[in-house]
Amino acid sequence: MNRYLLPCVTIISLVLSLMTYSLSSHAQSAQEKGLVIAKERKLRDKGWGDSTGNMSMILRNAQGEEVERKMRLKSLEQVADGDKGLTIFDQPLDVRGTVFLNFTHATEPDDQWMYLPKLSKVKRIRSRNKSGPFMGSEFAFEDMSSFEIEKYKFKFLRDETYEGQASFVLEQIPTDKNSGYSKQIVWVDKEHYRALKIEFYDRKGSLLKELANFDFTLYLGKYWRPLRVEMFNEQNGKSTELVTHELNFNTGLTDNDFNKGTLKNVR
Amino acid sequence: MKTLLPLIALLPTFVFAEIEYTGSAAVEQRYFFQDALYPQQERANLSVYFAPEVYTSFNDGNDSILFKGFYRLDQQDGERTHGDIREFKWTHSGDEWEVQTGIGKVFWGQTESLHLVDIINQTDAIEAIDGEDKLGQPMVTFSLFKDWGNTTVFVLPYFRERTFSGNDGRFRAALPVDTDNPIFESEDEEKNLDWAIRWQHTLGDWEVGLSYFDGTSREPDFVLTSNELLEPSLRPFYPLVQQAGIDVLALLGGWTIKFEGVQRKIMDQDINAFVGGFEYSFVGLFDSAYDINLLMEYQYDDRDNASNVITQNDLMMGSRLVLNDVDGTEILFGLVQDLDYSNVRSGFIEASSRINDNWKWRVDAWLFSSDEPVEPSYMLRRDDYAQLSLEYYF
Repeated sequence: MNRYLLPCVTIISLVLSLMTYSLSSHAQSAQEKGLVIAKERKLRDKGWGDSTGNMSMILRNAQGEEVERKMRLKSLEQVADGDKGLTIFDQPLDVRGTVFLNFTHATEPDDQWMYLPKLSKVKRIRSRNKSGPFMGSEFAFEDMSSFEIEKYKFKFLRDETYEGQASFVLEQIPTDKNSGYSKQIVWVDKEHYRALKIEFYDRKGSLLKELANFDFTLYLGKYWRPLRVEMFNEQNGKSTELVTHELNFNTGLTDNDFNKGTLKNVR
Repeated sequence: MKTLLPLIALLPTFVFAEIEYTGSAAVEQRYFFQDALYPQQERANLSVYFAPEVYTSFNDGNDSILFKGFYRLDQQDGERTHGDIREFKWTHSGDEWEVQTGIGKVFWGQTESLHLVDIINQTDAIEAIDGEDKLGQPMVTFSLFKDWGNTTVFVLPYFRERTFSGNDGRFRAALPVDTDNPIFESEDEEKNLDWAIRWQHTLGDWEVGLSYFDGTSREPDFVLTSNELLEPSLRPFYPLVQQAGIDVLALLGGWTIKFEGVQRKIMDQDINAFVGGFEYSFVGLFDSAYDINLLMEYQYDDRDNASNVITQNDLMMGSRLVLNDVDGTEILFGLVQDLDYSNVRSGFIEASSRINDNWKWRVDAWLFSSDEPVEPSYMLRRDDYAQLSLEYYF
């Protein structure tokens, strides 16, 4: 008996280890596949350099009343860290000349400053208030900063066709406890790895907002940008539309353009 | 034609970007809650101002010219009817450096209740009692923007005198200030060449600034004298001052810590003063978009018996409510308590909100409680007021 038992056990353990090996590779895949897709999404957007944009933010309440904000954005890609961004407010007129400077960081809170023209003062602001609304809109400050891998834990959920495009559906859970979200569900198209739609869930786990990207346009033959973004608040019925009127790349921006000392000269 | 051609050839180098005309104007109605101390003063006051702004840039945006004017017309106080060039400067920017020449406005510091370090611009004190309105300062500056911080050197060739309420205005001492006859310690009077240097840097969650100023003090003392009509009056006296300053802001957990300290040498006397405190934010109050910030700052000045120092040993407590709504509604209210005299305190409220793209309303109110004749705030004891402003932006 013993003579047969050993090979049997060996074979069974071999079969079992083979099974667990293949099983574990499948079990890994939800998180790993999610991370792989997210990394590919980030990679496809690498190397865009710098850009300047001109946009409107249209705020609508549940009754359909509209208010328009106008702003200009300057962005500079950073290789080792999150991107740098500058937002110049043109409308409403009482905040014209106000400039918002943001250094996105992957793991630490972003560094943010606001230039207040009335006092000629550069004010350091708390990026922990990232869940707060940006300019009274349905966008939170954290929705305005750049996409970084380290900001989330990813999980692949399923394949799905969204608006006729074969897509991955991913769950991303913010790693920062100061985030206003418990999770986000993202639809990423399989062809270009663009975020088509994002659902935002509040800290209690209920659906808070839904973002949809429209009018994707190709820049420098490689980088897709949505020229219309709509954020709809499921809980209060308000929405904000972000419309890009003009977007230019390779504009020659440098780190010097993102210095808090020169915010007073920004126009 | 012959004479025109070279002109046309030159034209491209002088092409300016489009000229931007912007600015604001406002109507302000003040109402004082108590009868005035002096017979010339009124209970109500209407005032308007106009603040145009012109900007253009050229040389690919490396050069720019900015003009900010200001003119106020006041119903009661002839002194408050005044104009000023707030800014009129040429900026030339290089890679990591810039030069500014002309009339400028600069702000230094981090605290909310008192601006100790901030010394470049004179206070346009007749504008508002919070001292945040400033007169344009003639200057030439050179700035360096480096990894190790931003450094600016200031050369200030001309001194601006502080503005004061006239006989018909509120917020004044019993005696008028004789602004036509100031006294200067410097032999060069208002043409004394002042200079300053400032270094400011971000170190992670810390904002640190160091500054040094050498020149005529922006803050006058007063000399009791008589004017041409042999009436008693106060002549402002502007001594020379050397001021070293430090200002710090730190983001620590949910707290924002703010501190400003100065050491001044005036008339062979050393003076130390500081203001420090914190701000704490509650974000998204009760599941709403509202934010509440709590502020507390302590003000200290080691001059024991200076008659013109209001902020000797005082505590400011305040709160800023931010509604984060479409109209940008904010309400700031607070209390400043003198810790030497329990019966000396003042309270304030500032609220504002947009009406539409062009219009905004604002309400400011100050209440003063001061029964202590030795405290400078005693002169404001009957000047409690509320002001409604309608601001127009264009």
